[in-house]
Amino acid sequence: MDNLLKIISENPRLTNAEIAVMTGMTEDEAGEAIARYEQSGIICGYKTVINWEKLEQTDKVTAIIELKVTPRKDTGFEAIAEEIMGFDEVESVSLMSGGYDFSVCVTGRTFQEIALFVAKRLAPLDSVTSTATTFVLKRYKEDGIVLSERDDERGADLL
Amino acid sequence: MDYDTMLNRTAVDIPPSGIRRFFDIAAEMEDVISLSVGEPDFPTPWHVRDVAIDSLQKGRTGYSPNRGFTALCREICGYYSRRFGLAYDYKTDVVVTVGGSEAIDLAIRTMVNPGDEVLVPQPSFVCYEPIARLAGAKSVSIVTRVEDSFRLTADSLRESITSRTKLLILPFPNNPTGAVMRREHLESIAEVLRGTDILVLADEIYSELTYNGQPHVSIASIEGMKERTVVVNGFSKSYAMTGWRLGYALGPAPIVSIMAKVHQYAIMCAPTTSQHAAIEALRCGDEDIAKMRDEYDMRRRLIVRGFNALGLECFEPEGAFYVFPCIRSTGMTSEDFCERLLRKKHVAVVPGNAFGSCGEGFIRVSYAYSTSHINEALRRIGQFLREEINS
Repeated sequence: MDNLLKIISENPRLTNAEIAVMTGMTEDEAGEAIARYEQSGIICGYKTVINWEKLEQTDKVTAIIELKVTPRKDTGFEAIAEEIMGFDEVESVSLMSGGYDFSVCVTGRTFQEIALFVAKRLAPLDSVTSTATTFVLKRYKEDGIVLSERDDERGADLL
Repeated sequence: MDYDTMLNRTAVDIPPSGIRRFFDIAAEMEDVISLSVGEPDFPTPWHVRDVAIDSLQKGRTGYSPNRGFTALCREICGYYSRRFGLAYDYKTDVVVTVGGSEAIDLAIRTMVNPGDEVLVPQPSFVCYEPIARLAGAKSVSIVTRVEDSFRLTADSLRESITSRTKLLILPFPNNPTGAVMRREHLESIAEVLRGTDILVLADEIYSELTYNGQPHVSIASIEGMKERTVVVNGFSKSYAMTGWRLGYALGPAPIVSIMAKVHQYAIMCAPTTSQHAAIEALRCGDEDIAKMRDEYDMRRRLIVRGFNALGLECFEPEGAFYVFPCIRSTGMTSEDFCERLLRKKHVAVVPGNAFGSCGEGFIRVSYAYSTSHINEALRRIGQFLREEINS
């Protein structure tokens, strides 16, 4: 992977000047490279990983839903995926290999809300043949970031 | 009992580490951002850990031969040949030690007699002088200067040599300055040493961490130097294996055989789980090194720029993972700067004089930290400087 993408995938808050010095580009070159990646859709967005549990907000529940579907004659899985990702509640949709077709990550305020969303919105969709909903109890690591705090155990009294 | 009068005079008289009190202060604080640690922030590569676990599961938990497993000695010699073009005999020229530190201790104890002088370029790692003193030798500091990119120069070496000089320590890539001796610089040092009986201890623990596309050159590869040089290296910095405590020394068989004898009586053998892991690291770890080096290099550029932008002039290091910015412009001493920075902004860095009195006016800052950590520390240091200047 190109170093620039690696750097901003780990820390999108770096300035163009910082990215430039780290990769050995000029500031303009770094800015242009990022703009090109954005325009071509290689960089799709910038996201902050938040540990909601630390806020002690109990109004955010996440579930992973395994969907089995019957692919449509002309559009296969694509049109179904588009329909699913249209819902605001849906955080991510992926086509899977193996025992089911789509993995759908859904967030809501309560377990009840997600259950209703599955029952009333997802399950009734044409082509959906079954759903299996599993709720997330605790998140340990997200997008490569460890959510629980860990102390730096390195030997601080050594030179 | 009056321990002070009973115990070994030399050991009692060795001053304690000067940075201890900073860490005591830091330990009392919350939200300290530290840039003080001298070890990688990466875990040991998984395949290396896996081999160690496997060796434990299979019950391979006994001693090894005193000098280390033959397979490891072979890999070490193979590595030095492949990376640095040096041919060593795995049967006679290598001893595997408990970290590079033990190799330094063995080498100095083996090479010096009481009354000998040991030349130590400074600023540098802190262990050479105490070990030389414990061996009854006198440590003589050679000051390296920022104007010379903190390299040892032939002139300063020549001026320091007396009839008692036994050993030159060559600690490059250097902790704390990040200085590197390139081939041409080593040639000029070799020029001074050729024709003398002065031995060399080349501490090459940071040999894999050099930047700007300039691979490390070992002084042992310069004509006339191999016969007088003990090379010390290890797995801590290059493979992120500090806690495994594994290093080695390579050198002429007559020196290494005495070192191996001392090692045998003091240590028996280096930990064998670590030795199994090290074999794997040498066989399959080149890619890990390259990845970590690449990461350090990006941070190095970021932090050098950061300090220069703050107005603290920062020599561009070509090796290791430290920067050594000059803080004289603040009017503070190194210790003053570090203590105030710690108390006011909760940022921990190490005063330069911990690495020899000539390090006064500098601070050592490690970049073995994530970019967001580095940037947060720089932000706080910037605030600190503005407040100090305005007050």
